[in-house]
Amino acid sequence: MSDNTAGPAPGTPAIELRGVSKTFGEGDRAVHAVDDVSLTVRAGEIFGVIGYSGAGKSTLVRLVNALETVTAGTVLVEGTDLTGLPERKVRGIRARIGMIFQQFNLLSSRTVAGNVAYPLKVARWPKEKRAARVAELLEFVGLSDKARAYPRQLSGGQKQRVGIARALATSPTILLADEATSALDPETTRDVLALLRRVNAELGLTIVVITHEMDVVRSLCDRVAVMEHGKVVEVGDVYDVFSAPSADAAQRFVGTSMHDRPSPDALARLRERHPGRLVTVGVREGASSGTELFRLLREHEVDGSVVFGGISEVGQRPFGSLTVELVAPDDRIAAFLAALRERAEVVDLGTAARPVDDPRAIRADRAPQGDTSAAPDDELGDPYREARDAVTRHGFFGNLGGRS
Amino acid sequence: MNRDWSTLWPLLWEAFGQTLQMVTIALLTGGIAGLALGLALYVTRPGNLLANKAVFGVLNVVVNVVRPIPFIIFVTLLGPVTLQVVGTTLGTEAFIFPLSVMTAFGTSRIVEQNLVGIDPGVVEAARAMGASSWRIITTVLVPEALAPLILGYTFLFIAVLDMSAIAGLIGGGGLGDFALRYGYQRYNWMVVLVTVAVIIVIVQVVQWVGNRLARKVLHH
Repeated sequence: MSDNTAGPAPGTPAIELRGVSKTFGEGDRAVHAVDDVSLTVRAGEIFGVIGYSGAGKSTLVRLVNALETVTAGTVLVEGTDLTGLPERKVRGIRARIGMIFQQFNLLSSRTVAGNVAYPLKVARWPKEKRAARVAELLEFVGLSDKARAYPRQLSGGQKQRVGIARALATSPTILLADEATSALDPETTRDVLALLRRVNAELGLTIVVITHEMDVVRSLCDRVAVMEHGKVVEVGDVYDVFSAPSADAAQRFVGTSMHDRPSPDALARLRERHPGRLVTVGVREGASSGTELFRLLREHEVDGSVVFGGISEVGQRPFGSLTVELVAPDDRIAAFLAALRERAEVVDLGTAARPVDDPRAIRADRAPQGDTSAAPDDELGDPYREARDAVTRHGFFGNLGGRS
Repeated sequence: MNRDWSTLWPLLWEAFGQTLQMVTIALLTGGIAGLALGLALYVTRPGNLLANKAVFGVLNVVVNVVRPIPFIIFVTLLGPVTLQVVGTTLGTEAFIFPLSVMTAFGTSRIVEQNLVGIDPGVVEAARAMGASSWRIITTVLVPEALAPLILGYTFLFIAVLDMSAIAGLIGGGGLGDFALRYGYQRYNWMVVLVTVAVIIVIVQVVQWVGNRLARKVLHH
């Protein structure tokens, strides 16, 4: 697109949260959706926020464009303090922050072009400039031929691309993506993630991605914050979090995305098939790559066969592990493992006769625990939920309630 | 019989005109006031766009108090106010006032109920784009609920037509008055039947137009 976003220099803080809390309700019924969170999102990066439903991530992202106001703490967007800002000023800042949603939230009464033009109307663009900009945006997301279609006529992936075009309309510097791919099938998810990567690379937008899918973080994000019970329990480069997740929740999320380590069940089956010494070797960039493993096997004259594992990419860098059965006299295996341990992470699984468990595998396999102490995000702020549910179930006035 | 109808046709025609006048004016004034009241009820409800417990509480109670009053009693109850506003408590104009007021209250609930069907996410998206509350009301809430609103107003037309049948109570004329005075009270059942037929035709036409309009704005 012609207009490159004139955001702050890459690397400078785009969004800063300082000791931010958000509490819904009062007294015993109070829900601490966001609890004392401090985070910095750098300009030009794709920042992921991952957590289970109810962890507070959707509330957190809404504090950034002041759809929700903080109970305590400070929110800075490109240096502007949002706390206590009058509504009119807040609206000006919102226009510089695009947002896309899980359910797309397109206006069903307007065409695709009408939806993309809406934020331009809000920003009081003249009609001719609006038309040109809408055409340009639809071209960018590959939906030029759907300009006159209505949202009902589009697939989920197309709806989200309209949502992205609409969010980019006023050339924002920040894009907030709230579970933007959670309602899409895997293939469409890949398309939308690729489009978001283009938005980041070609237009230079800072993107904050809210998700509960570690695969989204793995393939899209530069850095990630893991949220649980309203708190950020881990934050760092995606590669580092994948390599060495420290918080429980972070380990569980990594386990949902990486299937390279055998689960306890799989390990039991492996031991039946391969009674010898089993070790899991981490595969990373550089010194601990797979090449080193096989060089050391040759050097120490140990027979090794790969029996389990997987290597894929995290943040476009190699990442994974291989589980290998070693066949050799005990002293040669010991020397081999000593040499290998200097270069790579090694987990000794023992033999079928003397098994040792992989502590990471057990953790990664543990069933994810939803956060039940906090109310799910989508139940807040919808006083008509019950009424609408009732209407959906029973209908009202027969054909009066003709909307789906 | 023939001689009878030569005098009755003009009377029926006049009654038809009075009914149309009453229903149209009530729907226009009461319909617009009711739209505003219904929007106010929706947006001030706790958790919504302009949540305001006090305003919502007052509006909600007023609507709940007025709506269950039987219309025939409401017309007499509002008499003193009608006298102040219209200058008389008798005739078609005097009847249009309470009819419009009741229409407004009836409309408000129908409007509010139809807005409930709007996905709150759409409102949130508009807020995220920096739209003001007024802009959201006029360019999101009303257009998004337009199809059910049209059907709601069609439903209202019939309800107002029903209420207008008792205009004869204060000398307001109309089709209901015609059927009662020239049909029921004179044992002329043909007059009643013809009037009912006219009303059925009006309702059918309005319902047909309403359905078509609603389908047109739904963009299936």
